[in-house]
Amino acid sequence: MELNDFLKHTSEWLKGAGSNSDIVISSRVRLARNIDKLPFPHMAGKKQAEAVLERARALRDTVDALKNTVFFSMSELDAVDKQFLVERHLMSHELSQKPNSKALIVESSEVLSIMVNEEDHLRVQVMRSGFNLKEAWDIINGLDDAIAKEIPYAFSQEWGYLTACPTNAGTGMRGSVMLHLPALVILNQINRVLAAISKLSFTTRGFYGEGTQAAGHFFQISNQVSMGQSEEELVGNISGLIGQIIEQETQAREALLAKEKAMLEDRVHRSYGILRNAYIISSKETIELLSMLRLGCELGMIKDLNRGVLNELFILIQPSHLQKLENKRLSPEERDVKRAEIIRQKLNAV
Amino acid sequence: MLCDICGKVQATVHLTEIVDDQMSELHLCEDCARNKSAQMEQQFGLSDILAGMADFDKPSKAAETLSLKCPNCGLTYAEFKKIGRLGCGDCYAAFRQYLAPLLKRIHGSAKHSGKLPGKCGGKSVQPRKKSELQELRQKLLKAVEQENFEEAARLRDNIRELEEKPRQQGENGGEYGT
Repeated sequence: MELNDFLKHTSEWLKGAGSNSDIVISSRVRLARNIDKLPFPHMAGKKQAEAVLERARALRDTVDALKNTVFFSMSELDAVDKQFLVERHLMSHELSQKPNSKALIVESSEVLSIMVNEEDHLRVQVMRSGFNLKEAWDIINGLDDAIAKEIPYAFSQEWGYLTACPTNAGTGMRGSVMLHLPALVILNQINRVLAAISKLSFTTRGFYGEGTQAAGHFFQISNQVSMGQSEEELVGNISGLIGQIIEQETQAREALLAKEKAMLEDRVHRSYGILRNAYIISSKETIELLSMLRLGCELGMIKDLNRGVLNELFILIQPSHLQKLENKRLSPEERDVKRAEIIRQKLNAV
Repeated sequence: MLCDICGKVQATVHLTEIVDDQMSELHLCEDCARNKSAQMEQQFGLSDILAGMADFDKPSKAAETLSLKCPNCGLTYAEFKKIGRLGCGDCYAAFRQYLAPLLKRIHGSAKHSGKLPGKCGGKSVQPRKKSELQELRQKLLKAVEQENFEEAARLRDNIRELEEKPRQQGENGGEYGT
């Protein structure tokens, strides 16, 4: 499998399956792990970093769950390819910087990926569609046990898994859930919800990374604290919080339908109209309109549209995806044209 | 007055800095001031906050603390303070006395209670259970000596429970702390 093959299918986590997938896009668990005695990536010399890379590469032969994976060496990818993997949420922007001795291991359905030599030696990630944190944890837990048989982890009985940044030590675990909360935003209730979240030691980020919080009304919520609780407790705590937010968004959607149905229907259908007919469209406008359209679908205002198609569009309309689809470099103006074309194709095909 | 950095342009920005009760003044031209503030913004990140948290109790660190060095990777405590990142797993033990309060402040607890890896540093890790078991067995002996049989029966059950747990977990491939 090669990088371009990823273009031909939709990531498992975007399929819109799993529980509460009208509100929850995806659930993700990541574990930060380091090899005992070896300096962390920022301290490692070239030889040491290469040694980590080789050990990670060797895992693909010894760990069953990693047999069906692709290994991307960052130094062999161009800027568009690296950005493409970032846009698919398979790796961080940080991994694409200073690419020497860094790599990404991805399983073909994109459920599982491992960043090598990012901030820690290994950053293992499992993504599932819908509200499914427990299942993501079960998968990554098994994988982690299998890796631990091959690699001696930097670990202390007292402080758990030792990481480059002390904020990740302990379980080394971050669980996050991506939510679509348009009704709470429209009703101006989102700030109240976000304020409560931050008081409870959870953090919020946007769909397109930090600083993009409001884009498309997407919010990614994750635990801030990683020590002092077991992984199951952390999963339970995040899930409990997410359950409450889902309830709030559901109530907000009902309130909108009861009080502002005409306004909502107007906005949803206008969004659909523009998206199906535009020939030039910016990513900002696209994200806003797609978000309204997604809400309309979930409320039954538009019947023939599949939520998987919409979820996928949020990924496809990004710069590197457009350039990979066109198979050449595109200027921002050319991207606006290509973006409109892809959206018309996808929405008029149904 | 000319700028302290370039020495060419009239200084219009005046900075006063107080470090350890020592006041120092800096007089800068507009261009140099802008550069300096951009540098400061760039440098002020998570590492500064972490380093600041590490020094919460002791505002001025003795030179010997700052020169504390990890025997495995060579990172000094001063470098950790600057970059906010540890150099390797062994740094945690090397800077233990300063990291313990820092971890407590970050996480609200400085005690890992999650899973344990199958092996660690090439050796098999014995879960905490072992020391717990020893402690319970000693308590059991004492209880029997004191003829406190009710307590002894409770302890015996606890020991049995602990002895059985690792075996069950071993079959599932995962071991957990309590």
